[in-house]
Amino acid sequence: MLENVQLLDKYNLRNPSKGTLYFATTHLIFVDHEMRKETWILLPHISTVERLPITTTGSPLLVRTKTFQSVFFVIPRERDCHEMHQTLLRLSQPVNIEELYCFNYKSTPDDLPKSAGWNFFDIQTEYQRMNVPNEHWVLCNANREYELCDTYPNAIYVPSRASTTVLLGSASFRSRGRLPVLAYLHHNKAAITRCSQPLSGFSARCMEDEQMLDLIRRANPNCGYMYVVDTRPRINAMVNRAAGKGYENEAFYENIKFHFMGIGNIHVMRKSLQKLVETCEQNTPTMSSFLSGLESSGWLKHIKSILDTSWWIACAIDSGVSVCVHCSDGWDRTAQVCSLAAVCLEPHYRTINGYQALIEKDWLSFGHKFTSRCGHVAGDPRERSPVFTQLLDCTWQLLRQVPEAFQFNERFLLTLHDHAHACQYGTFVGNCEKDRRDLRLSDRTFSLWGYMASHLNEYKNPLYSPKAHPDLLKPDLSAQSIRFWRGMYCRHESGVHPRESLPDLLPAAVEHSAALHQHIDYLAKRITTFKKLLSGKKEKNLESSVNYQNGNLETVEIETKTAGLHIDNKFIYESGANLSGMECANDDHPLKDTSSNKPQKPNTIPLITEKTDDVIPPNLSALEAEMNSVALDWKSIKNVSECSCSTPLDHFSRKHHCWGCGGCVCTRCVTRAPLPALAAPAPAPLCAACAPITPHSYLNHQEPRN
Amino acid sequence: MELIELILINKLNGVILKYPHHDNIDGSVCITGHHLILSSRKEGVRELWLLHKNIDSIEKKENKVSGGIAQGGSLYLKCKDLRIFQLDISNSMELNLVAQTLENLSNLHNPSLFYPFFYIHMHPVMENGYTLYSIEGEFTKVLATEEWRISRVNQHYTAARGYAQAVVVPKGVDDETLLASASFRQGGRFPVLSYRHNNGAVLLRAGQPLYGPKHRRCKPDEIILNSVVNVGMKGVIYDLRSSNSISQQQNKGGGTESAANYSQWRIYNRSMDDVDNQQQLLESFAKLIDACVDKEISCDKWLSRLESSGWSESVRNSLHTACIIAQHIHHKGEPVLIHGTGGEDATLLVCSLVQIILNPDCRTIRGLQALIEREWLQAGHPFGTRLRCGPYSSQARAAPTFPLFLDCVRQFLEQFPCSFEYRQSFLITLFEHAYASQFGTFLCDNDQERTTRDVYSQTTSLWSWVNQPDELCAYINPLYDPTPNVIWPSVAPMSYVIWEELYLRWLVPQRTEEREEQYKVIRTREQHLRSQAQQLRRELLDLAQQYYKTNVLEK
Repeated sequence: MLENVQLLDKYNLRNPSKGTLYFATTHLIFVDHEMRKETWILLPHISTVERLPITTTGSPLLVRTKTFQSVFFVIPRERDCHEMHQTLLRLSQPVNIEELYCFNYKSTPDDLPKSAGWNFFDIQTEYQRMNVPNEHWVLCNANREYELCDTYPNAIYVPSRASTTVLLGSASFRSRGRLPVLAYLHHNKAAITRCSQPLSGFSARCMEDEQMLDLIRRANPNCGYMYVVDTRPRINAMVNRAAGKGYENEAFYENIKFHFMGIGNIHVMRKSLQKLVETCEQNTPTMSSFLSGLESSGWLKHIKSILDTSWWIACAIDSGVSVCVHCSDGWDRTAQVCSLAAVCLEPHYRTINGYQALIEKDWLSFGHKFTSRCGHVAGDPRERSPVFTQLLDCTWQLLRQVPEAFQFNERFLLTLHDHAHACQYGTFVGNCEKDRRDLRLSDRTFSLWGYMASHLNEYKNPLYSPKAHPDLLKPDLSAQSIRFWRGMYCRHESGVHPRESLPDLLPAAVEHSAALHQHIDYLAKRITTFKKLLSGKKEKNLESSVNYQNGNLETVEIETKTAGLHIDNKFIYESGANLSGMECANDDHPLKDTSSNKPQKPNTIPLITEKTDDVIPPNLSALEAEMNSVALDWKSIKNVSECSCSTPLDHFSRKHHCWGCGGCVCTRCVTRAPLPALAAPAPAPLCAACAPITPHSYLNHQEPRN
Repeated sequence: MELIELILINKLNGVILKYPHHDNIDGSVCITGHHLILSSRKEGVRELWLLHKNIDSIEKKENKVSGGIAQGGSLYLKCKDLRIFQLDISNSMELNLVAQTLENLSNLHNPSLFYPFFYIHMHPVMENGYTLYSIEGEFTKVLATEEWRISRVNQHYTAARGYAQAVVVPKGVDDETLLASASFRQGGRFPVLSYRHNNGAVLLRAGQPLYGPKHRRCKPDEIILNSVVNVGMKGVIYDLRSSNSISQQQNKGGGTESAANYSQWRIYNRSMDDVDNQQQLLESFAKLIDACVDKEISCDKWLSRLESSGWSESVRNSLHTACIIAQHIHHKGEPVLIHGTGGEDATLLVCSLVQIILNPDCRTIRGLQALIEREWLQAGHPFGTRLRCGPYSSQARAAPTFPLFLDCVRQFLEQFPCSFEYRQSFLITLFEHAYASQFGTFLCDNDQERTTRDVYSQTTSLWSWVNQPDELCAYINPLYDPTPNVIWPSVAPMSYVIWEELYLRWLVPQRTEEREEQYKVIRTREQHLRSQAQQLRRELLDLAQQYYKTNVLEK
């Protein structure tokens, strides 16, 4: 703990906020007691810590994070500053991978079991979805123990006619044994295959490798040729030849058409991002300095080159020609373009689960070196590179252009980005599948997929309309349409974002509709009950349970009224409760099994269920109180700047509505409990004031609330 | 002169038409006095009617064949709505005739020949847009304060040529004083009220004082200004020019207020020279559009051309200046006077933006119309001269000041998607009609000219048309949820968004409106469910009341 620390705001240098700096095991926390403002920085997110020359007020320390936050502390005593510098350096980048946060992370906020999420995606299911294996492609066992290639998955798919000799030969002719294997099979039988560069040097050739590509070409019976795409600029490939690597010689490989694409390497991208960050950090940016900074960083140019290549591949596949993609090692640029081409080609990959499966397949299984690229542990800084960030940026470009085509929203992409760097979950730890197996991550750590599945509502895009883009997604890739992703790189600059945020307002409207819908169902049930009671009084039939489906004609009318509102399933969000959140994923969502295996927390609370229909409140005011336990009107998010607990709510903080009073609260203040005036028994989000002390209190609650 | 004399050819078949978002069409071209009609002569394919006034530049490219004899060629019609058409004509003589005819018709100078005077509005006019926003109606609340009055000193446009007949001035100031002040201000533009905030602080605007190298002084002008400053307070004068340009103007007889003479005022300056220099602003717009329509541009080139156009900086600078002035008014309650040189461009732009920040009324459709009437049309922004040409050509004193204003409002819409009753498509409609229209609203340079040319009686107002319920609903923002307070926009460079629905619409198909329809579906559903729930609640209470009553009785 350090007291009297100043936090400088670059827009308001004269009025630094004063407060105390706390070291938690996982976070660096700055608390401004006067303003009641807290700044939390996750230690693994810390990217660089820099000491600047001492000033009269103290020793400045600049902390930059991998989530594009830069915080400027001024520490009164130089010795403290020095110590903090050392501590932060040590804690943010452990030497040993076993020291990572995920190995100590004990429980999730949702009390998920450790196993949740680890079994969501498996590569064989993903290939089955593409109807593989089939007559042309088979599962190959040659890499079962990672003997063929240790950075590939143990299940690889190859042309059915490829013999072991061909596979072994081809693997030995490819950098790090990364032989050409199937990455994506389109319904027209054109396939994307991926590999690393051939060890061709100036003249070397390998019959097996040539055969391998020929077999891949023949696995697509509809086309007499195939493309081989080297995503690198020609000059880079040429240089590699001198090192005994290089690219395919069109003269040796029959019926291939060879293309260079010109995506820069990891070093180019790292430097580009660095310049981009510097541009965003300018103290008094003018339009001109910002735009020229953006231009000279080259970031948008690189984004465009990745998208251009991906689109080129997608077009080739769509026209029925198979494409074999590689770069140098085939785990950076190759992963980017294979994934993005698949996103353009296949609507499934534009869903939440599909996109996760894609990351699981193209990135995690095929050995994108997350630990090296994200700098999880101390190591060669030259290995760090924003390759995955670029995938997300490219995806955001598509999402921005055609939001209707995507089930997920910007928050989904940001969550993926932050967790790829945070190491709170084991999902992105390690450099390849074998690494993860050796570390026994699925036993020892939580999976991000489990966490995300229980927060699905936060990632849903209210504009998603799968019918609008049933097949090929055609992006516009003119330079004018490639934009700077303010939401990513300027995330922590609260002043630069729209003051009224559609990504908050639209989901709130949708959630409000869901709440109203459940409330309407409750009202309809109650109305039916009272009608029954009024008409059936003479029959002394009060005890029999009321069947709401067979209610009288007027109730039916109400039902049709609701149907007449064009209720599309995509708009019906589940209550936003933990478990229903998982249920609202696809029906085949694997978590369904897990959730039934574990003790369900909500069951401990007596629920208002169907049976209560015939238990009517004792008097009118009790009924009114029950009815008013749900708010008809919700407070608009647009003017909310802080939660009732005075936590500031900025552009990207998740805002929850209390279903009870319609107020707006922060994630920390929201609790969940079932409400009597909702038809569904699932717990609804509530603010502290509305949350019942005991679940029964509503029935006794006499005062109507607004 | 009759229009018919200018038409050298009125019909031509076998023309290949190429225009954005469409396949090439083998069609025909018809030329009438006001329209160019492009037709595919096919059933079900709509003809394209283009006002000649919409044509900004005509470029002729002849096909050269061997021997130097031309064999037809192409006409490139670049329009003020930013579209570019290509007409391929195989016969050289016809090509020249069409080019000459269009050249003649698109360059008419006499406003009486413009289309609004010939256009017959087919629908009955429910409310006449020309009389909709009278000065009495607009300033009712201000006049009720008993501190302000309407002066008709400019009834015959003798005091200030550019002003309307009636202006709002401090109540204690008589017309003599106004006339004296007019003789001391550029264009006779003596200080008038632009806006009075709900805290009582006011925004005034004027032309530059004619201080000159001889340091002239005008007591009546000081009296007008001092009459709005409360005891113990100081007003703020913002000169919207750089110090350089002020001293240049001073040598020519203009300048800024001297601190000594205006002791109750603090005098600042903030440069908006980029807006007040017409040639520079037009060039900036031309560079921007040039980059926007370039299909093959690389990312680097795009960014550097966007930057060097300076347009986005002008947008940012305008917003920033407006924010600074609005802060004086809102936070400090200080009266503010703003002026540049002529007071017809940057001054009006800033006055309008300040009001959008401060006044929620300006964020409604009618409020924006009223704002444009007050701060642009009645205040004498020379629409006719400024919008004579678009970004593809250039003429003296032409400048896209008004489009710059619309772009600034577009930035507001991006940052406050719920606070505005109108959608950006309304701004595009204004953009298009300001350049070329069947309506007379944006004709001529000032009120005097519009009165003499009978614009108000011989043409229809744009507002008469857009305010019809059927038209209006298309412009309503489905997310509108009025914000009663001031709104402060971000002026950080990363907050700037290019107005793609306008500048890029012919390059990239725009989907904003489809998206807005989706918002509408979501919003409507929410509202429907809410009213349904409310209705059911009443029904339930009725039933329950009956039940409990009878139940109690039975017991």
